[in-house]
Amino acid sequence: MTATAETTAGSRGAQPPVPDGAVTVTVKIRRFNPEFDDEPRWDSFDIPALPSDRVLNLLHHIKWYVDGTLTFRRSCAHGICGSDAMRINGVNRLACKVLLKDLLQKGDKQTTITIEPIKGLPVHKDLLVDMEPFFEAFRAVKPYLVTYGNEPTRERIQSVADRERFDDTTKCILCACCTTSCPVYWTEGSYFGPAAIVNAHRFIFDSRDEGAEERLDILNDIDGVWRCRTTFNCTDACPRGIQVTKAIQEVKRALLFKRV
Amino acid sequence: MQFHKYDVIIIGAGGAGMRAAIESGQRARTAVLTKLYPTRSHTGAAQGGMCAALANVEEDNWEWHTFDTIKGGDYLVDQDAAEIMAKEAIDAVLDLEKMGLPFNRTPEGKIDQRRFGGHTRNHGEAAVRRACYAADRTGHMILQTLYQNCVKHGIEFFNEFYVLDICLTETENGPVCTGAVAYELATGEIHVFQAKSVVFATGGFGKVFKTTSNAHTLTGDGMGIVFRKGLPLEDMEFYQFHPTGLAGLGILLTEGARGEGAILRNASGERFMERYAPTIKDLAPRDIVARSMALEVLEGRGAGPNKDYVLLDCTHLGAEVLETKLPDITEFARTYLAVDPVVEPVPVYPTAHYAMGGIPTNIHGEVLRDNDNVVPGLYAAGECACVSVHGANRLGTNSLLDINVFGRRAGIAAAEYANSRESHVDLPENPAASVEAQVALALSEHGQERVADIRTELQATMDANASVYRTEDTLKTALHDVQTLKERYAHISVQDKGKRFNTDLLEAVELGFLLELAEVLVHGALARKESRGGHAREDYPNRDDTNFMRHSMFYKQGDGLSADIRMDYKPVTFTRYKPMERKY
Repeated sequence: MTATAETTAGSRGAQPPVPDGAVTVTVKIRRFNPEFDDEPRWDSFDIPALPSDRVLNLLHHIKWYVDGTLTFRRSCAHGICGSDAMRINGVNRLACKVLLKDLLQKGDKQTTITIEPIKGLPVHKDLLVDMEPFFEAFRAVKPYLVTYGNEPTRERIQSVADRERFDDTTKCILCACCTTSCPVYWTEGSYFGPAAIVNAHRFIFDSRDEGAEERLDILNDIDGVWRCRTTFNCTDACPRGIQVTKAIQEVKRALLFKRV
Repeated sequence: MQFHKYDVIIIGAGGAGMRAAIESGQRARTAVLTKLYPTRSHTGAAQGGMCAALANVEEDNWEWHTFDTIKGGDYLVDQDAAEIMAKEAIDAVLDLEKMGLPFNRTPEGKIDQRRFGGHTRNHGEAAVRRACYAADRTGHMILQTLYQNCVKHGIEFFNEFYVLDICLTETENGPVCTGAVAYELATGEIHVFQAKSVVFATGGFGKVFKTTSNAHTLTGDGMGIVFRKGLPLEDMEFYQFHPTGLAGLGILLTEGARGEGAILRNASGERFMERYAPTIKDLAPRDIVARSMALEVLEGRGAGPNKDYVLLDCTHLGAEVLETKLPDITEFARTYLAVDPVVEPVPVYPTAHYAMGGIPTNIHGEVLRDNDNVVPGLYAAGECACVSVHGANRLGTNSLLDINVFGRRAGIAAAEYANSRESHVDLPENPAASVEAQVALALSEHGQERVADIRTELQATMDANASVYRTEDTLKTALHDVQTLKERYAHISVQDKGKRFNTDLLEAVELGFLLELAEVLVHGALARKESRGGHAREDYPNRDDTNFMRHSMFYKQGDGLSADIRMDYKPVTFTRYKPMERKY
């Protein structure tokens, strides 16, 4: 059901000047607003864009100059805040970290970019999904430093090697690219999902933390780490380059051998 | 309309808001209202570090940090506040470590420290290693750690609640803050939150500029709300341009790169900062480095095909330092400019970064309604506030410090004030009326102006006329442009008429705040006929302590968007540091 921009929404008036070096691309977006729509549809927009543009620029162009009802989250626009996770050409990406030049078709063929909301979370409107189940899973793994006894007056001492042990999983920005790329999560929404396990890993392997057992108990649950089937979708999807599957495997191993 | 009652309402869930919430939430019934999800706030984009005189790697003490902050702020800093910040910095860092923040470590296992612009040993002798850091994602780690601790303490969040107004109740002793009014993005519903204390922690307004390190959502909402209430804003003409934004994009590359040894070079490869700041060179404060870069370009020594940027040379640092201590900025350069910092210098140019001014507060975070009196129950902290610890130019890392020190202070003060009141003061009549009217007007048919066009033109004129260098002429052009754009704003069209996640409406409301704050900035810049810190007037190149050693205070006169601005001045607080010429 491909509709064109002209038929789906009134253009917001004259288009801004097309910059030198721009190419026309077709952006095909999965739309759904439960306030007005009975079911989702696809809208296509032909817009000018520079190869150096981020996909987020394309979405802004549509929202600002063609269809103001197009709805998505975004904030920092350079891959740090984690707001704009979406499925771009079938893979989970941050719209602000994908450049058009990496999506362009070779030769004269016009490029079509397909954008859908991330999967496994209820769609609120267009590309904007309900993040609550995702954050609920995050909160459930005790994602904070657990310690007992008196606090030292100065900082806790931690060796460079101990600090390095969990460095990779401190990079998580909670964008949900990993969790919503996981086929297990799509079918079993009760599974904690990769992001929650990554954040558990970040504390389980922190030498200062004393809550590893509590967290491992939680993750040993029926909806815990054992659901992971090492598909590696999560690792491929992570915009921060975290070795997500490896982190999950390390948590599994800690459970098997009762040793961190 | 829905109604809620809390002891303390915190508006904003960045570093300052969540630091305040951790304190307030343990003392009083607290809710955090945020237009984003908590971990989306722009604190997470801060990279380089947070300074505190821990003296973990070399001799240091907090008095030197105080002095550097005051000198860095070109003596417009309130010295009592700077002293508090530098002194409490040490506990602020240690508190974060105890909350779980994974700082980089020294070989002995202590928190490691690196050099940063303007932070020196013994009052300017040489750069000192004072910035505590977690690779080049210190802000990310602070934001995550604070959110983790909010989860631990069970802090209540109202996510994607956009606060559009606060409630002030008139009493015989003046206005008292009694709550806030929010628009729920998910439903379009209006919510009134009655509270004994309200804390603003809404961040900056970098989106008045085109080239900026700021997020799309940094539109000065908190400052705008306060200003519309007839309460003052302070020192708004002082806006910081961070020297090293990715050329053409504005994405931040941390000063920590220069802290680790990176060098700025012009087209001929010259290390030009040796000419401008012979002692600390590339680690001079940001205002000085940004002006030096702009001058290199203006005088024809810029690099690139259009000679419109300079180069940040990291190549001598080696792949290991870049990959371990500066991994994020290395990736930004690769992703967005296709430049690999390991083997080639990175094109950089100043990018609009930080508001030194904001909502005036005292050292407890209480908001001032004039030079002497506070609004009981109203607090502000972080970039939206002006204590003033940054004066005319903020030193690198002092913003992460500010949010932790004064976020904590504001949270404690707000909760203690709430606990000292037996009952809530009545809300004013029809507290939601003005927000309902504002939303209804925005959604009504009253013109065909596009929000994006007005915003684009605003950002273009601010970049061209009110950035690193300013003159009477450029500022007058900017003022005229902003006022014309305000007139057009009265005829904007919001295309999305729905109630559900209406981000089209959101952007229209945000633009209203941007226009007002841009006008205040330009107004203040015109009135300040001197050059000081981040405010550089080509037509008044010198600092003028006789006439301008004072804070600017701006008051909105009247209700409409085009209401006049009244200016007043507030004395700077001095303790022990006499103004000196600023040399590095």
